[in-house]
Amino acid sequence: MSVTTPAGAATAAPAGAGRPGPWSRVSALLWRRPWARATLLLTPPLAWFLLIYIASLAVLLITAFWTINPYTTNIERAWNLSNFTNLLGTPAYRQIILRTVGMAAGVTVIDAIVAIPFAYYMARIARPRTRTFLFVCVLLPLWASYLAKVFAWLLIFTHDGVLNWTLGKIGIGPLNLIYTNTAVFIVFCYIWLPYMVIPVYAAMERIPASQIEASQDLGGRTLRTVRSVILPLALPGIVAGSIFTFSLTLGDYITPTLIGGGNSTLIGNVIDSNVVYNLPLAAAMATVPIAIMACYLLAARALGAFREI
Amino acid sequence: MHNLIRNRWRAVGAVSLAGALALLAGCGGGSSSAPTGSTSGGATSGLSVPTANLPVLKKIGKGEGQLNLIAWLGYLQPQWVKPFERQTGCMIHATYPNTSDEFVTLMKNGGGGVWDMASSSGDADLRIIYAGDAHPVNMNLIPGWKQFFPVFQSPPFNTVNGVHYGVSLQWGPNVLMYSKKAFKTPPTSWNVLYSKQYSGKISVYDGPIYIADGAMYLKYHDPSLGITDPYELTQPQFQAVVNLLKGQHPLVKQYWSSAPAQISAFANGDVTVGASWPYQVSALTAQHFPIGAVIPKEGATGWADTWMLAAKAPHPNCAYMWMRYITTPKVQAEQAVSYGETPDNTLACGYMNQISKGSCALYHANAPAAYFKTIALWKTPVATCDNGKPDCVPYVDWVSAWNTQIK
Repeated sequence: MSVTTPAGAATAAPAGAGRPGPWSRVSALLWRRPWARATLLLTPPLAWFLLIYIASLAVLLITAFWTINPYTTNIERAWNLSNFTNLLGTPAYRQIILRTVGMAAGVTVIDAIVAIPFAYYMARIARPRTRTFLFVCVLLPLWASYLAKVFAWLLIFTHDGVLNWTLGKIGIGPLNLIYTNTAVFIVFCYIWLPYMVIPVYAAMERIPASQIEASQDLGGRTLRTVRSVILPLALPGIVAGSIFTFSLTLGDYITPTLIGGGNSTLIGNVIDSNVVYNLPLAAAMATVPIAIMACYLLAARALGAFREI
Repeated sequence: MHNLIRNRWRAVGAVSLAGALALLAGCGGGSSSAPTGSTSGGATSGLSVPTANLPVLKKIGKGEGQLNLIAWLGYLQPQWVKPFERQTGCMIHATYPNTSDEFVTLMKNGGGGVWDMASSSGDADLRIIYAGDAHPVNMNLIPGWKQFFPVFQSPPFNTVNGVHYGVSLQWGPNVLMYSKKAFKTPPTSWNVLYSKQYSGKISVYDGPIYIADGAMYLKYHDPSLGITDPYELTQPQFQAVVNLLKGQHPLVKQYWSSAPAQISAFANGDVTVGASWPYQVSALTAQHFPIGAVIPKEGATGWADTWMLAAKAPHPNCAYMWMRYITTPKVQAEQAVSYGETPDNTLACGYMNQISKGSCALYHANAPAAYFKTIALWKTPVATCDNGKPDCVPYVDWVSAWNTQIK
């Protein structure tokens, strides 16, 4: 003890007096070398992204090339394409994939048709107070639980539900909507609408008023201005929104289960029913929406949707 | 400048990620080829249980102070859990899965060294056992087990080659439930679920195991098929059942996957008849909805739950204390009345009537052996039939038929 203490003090003293401490040296290094700063800042999120997100996706993709032994149900790590040939060769699976893509595309189109005029009004016409009110209206459903919203629609659509009660009052026969694809479609349109409205609103808000005025000054009527100025400038927002509505519909399995009553099987339902017992097949099915989204993003990029972001 | 850099990053990211995925997945379905059979044949040798030779506990030692359980919702009510914790000092931590499949997932890797036991149903048990996730159990340490109805002492869904992997718990039938508004006289046959007369008013269970219900029906109505066990179907028998259910599909209004979904469909008048559980019957009765339920003449499928012991259970002493406790007549009766199911212990009947008068008869806890014969309890369909031949259709093909042919 008595020996080490003076020695330690002797080495520490000049460092404290003459040269900067270790922390100051580190901070000086970081100040002088921006790349070191960037590395330090980016490593944790990047490592997280690569290890957790990309790695798990890669594992999923690898699993899709394995099969299970039908007798022991253990996964057999032998490379083959049987899951994919099974998925693409079975008419029922092809139909499910087409139904899902059709559903996602339809929901995206309807949401865009509803969201574009709504967002335009919100961004360019409404007074600040009205705008705040409309914002609350759009965002409020996002605060409620997904399941609560789906069950609310269940109560609207059922045979003795709100919709049929109202239709009965005005003398129109009861509609048989519950447990149909139509009902699933309507609920999807409702649930994902905010994800379309918000990006379209952001895009509409950034359109310079001068360009709209210029269009009008040059003799452009309303429709011409919308077609040639507003829509092209709002396109990035519409594409961003469509990515949300399209991909969210592509992956959902709860709404088809509850609102579709098991009659509306989508990709998500097939994954759900296979994920425990036949993981490789579920993984193969999971690559389908990934592939579709990849094609979708490439198409959007080719259309120039990302140029202005 | 900023835009340029960001665009470049975006392009690199999009191209590398999307390109890789597109290559792997065959963007646009380029790799579609001739259809193939669902599964290629694997080893046909008989199944064996990897954990069959693990040594069993000889004597219950001191409790570890904790017990981690995977249970159906409603199976761990304070009414019987609190006294257990007081008596043994084993504090219970639980998770509540929604489906049999989730039980199998949670029990993977022998419970992962976290979970001690699972109250899984017969359709999951064999999957857990053959995956090597269950531990052999020494039944001599569980006195209540000796008072069980003989069918539940060593049932084929939790006992393999004489080795027990858990202790049976409770069971119940899958009933034919009908709205009394639509049926003046109770139906006596499952044929109402296959009749055009009730098209658009039918609700059946949404799961591959429902194929067994179709097999029960054909076992009675088409003896030429020679179905003896609805969970052991040869390829021709299986295809006949699939065709039956394919024909049922246009008549079905709802495939229900959770009890509340079916309760709401009946309560709102969307459906009037369906395959159901006693739980839905008692829930609708409690809502004063005019509901009835029968076990039709063809018999019915049913479920039987087991407390399975995990292969890597970290608290084995507490687990054995729990098995001893949960099989005693009084606790069996408490759970049966609380949940609406049938206890496995023959002595529970008296306690049930003490808790709720007439409940013993209501839940068939005193039923004769003939009653059991009408119920085919859920078990995992495996490729090896009971006669040892490998010609039965395994569950993986049930799943694929359910998704690609029936629905």
